[in-house]
Amino acid sequence: MVLVFTGAFIGSIGAAFLKAGAGRLQMSVAALASNWRLGVGILAYCVSSVFFVYGNARGELSVLYPIVALGYIWTLVWSRIFFREPFTRVKFFGVGLILVGVFFLNAASG
Amino acid sequence: MSAATATTTAIIDQTDKQRRALLLVFCCTLFGAAAQVLIKTGATHLAHPSLLTAALGMVTNKFLFCGYSLYGISTILLVIALKDGELSITYPVIALTYVWVAMLSYFLMHESMGLYKIIGISLIVTGVAIVGKAKR
Repeated sequence: MVLVFTGAFIGSIGAAFLKAGAGRLQMSVAALASNWRLGVGILAYCVSSVFFVYGNARGELSVLYPIVALGYIWTLVWSRIFFREPFTRVKFFGVGLILVGVFFLNAASG
Repeated sequence: MSAATATTTAIIDQTDKQRRALLLVFCCTLFGAAAQVLIKTGATHLAHPSLLTAALGMVTNKFLFCGYSLYGISTILLVIALKDGELSITYPVIALTYVWVAMLSYFLMHESMGLYKIIGISLIVTGVAIVGKAKR
């Protein structure tokens, strides 16, 4: 449970760094190489997938998919804190539906 | 007057950018789902995977190689989408990946499609549609 929770948390931070890096995206090798935010984002993405593979190997993932989906909530929080994107009822409602949907998909395959 | 015109143009421009971001992340979920199915297929071909053989398999196993390549492409698409799209609107769309995986599993691997799966897919699609319409 801790593995999957950590994986989802790191993954959502990765998404935030990808966004930060993407905002500074320039199509030159030097600019891409010095875009550390993009690097951190991609690294965090890879690390989170390693956590999921381990969680999966230990049979954790199927039970804890809702925790994975919590990553969407984290991402809303980072969007608000770091990119000043407004919290809106519509966003929470949509993400809520997605969470319940993921829960159902998981219940079906579990 | 010109300020109002400029603001309106900016809003139209923003929504255009957000629309393009949504389209990109939509493609990203298609690639991501194909990647997951390929990786799952490849992983079952590895008999007793250790961390090393799993890593080697990414190059030697054609399913894993194609799968991880598609993952790479989908990540690049996500980055390009995030360049112009709001994170809180663009990111939740990735949940569509689950939908494609469930459908691919049904059509290609003949996994069952029960009531729960149909409910789950409907809820995710509705949720993504609602988030996608969220205003700035």
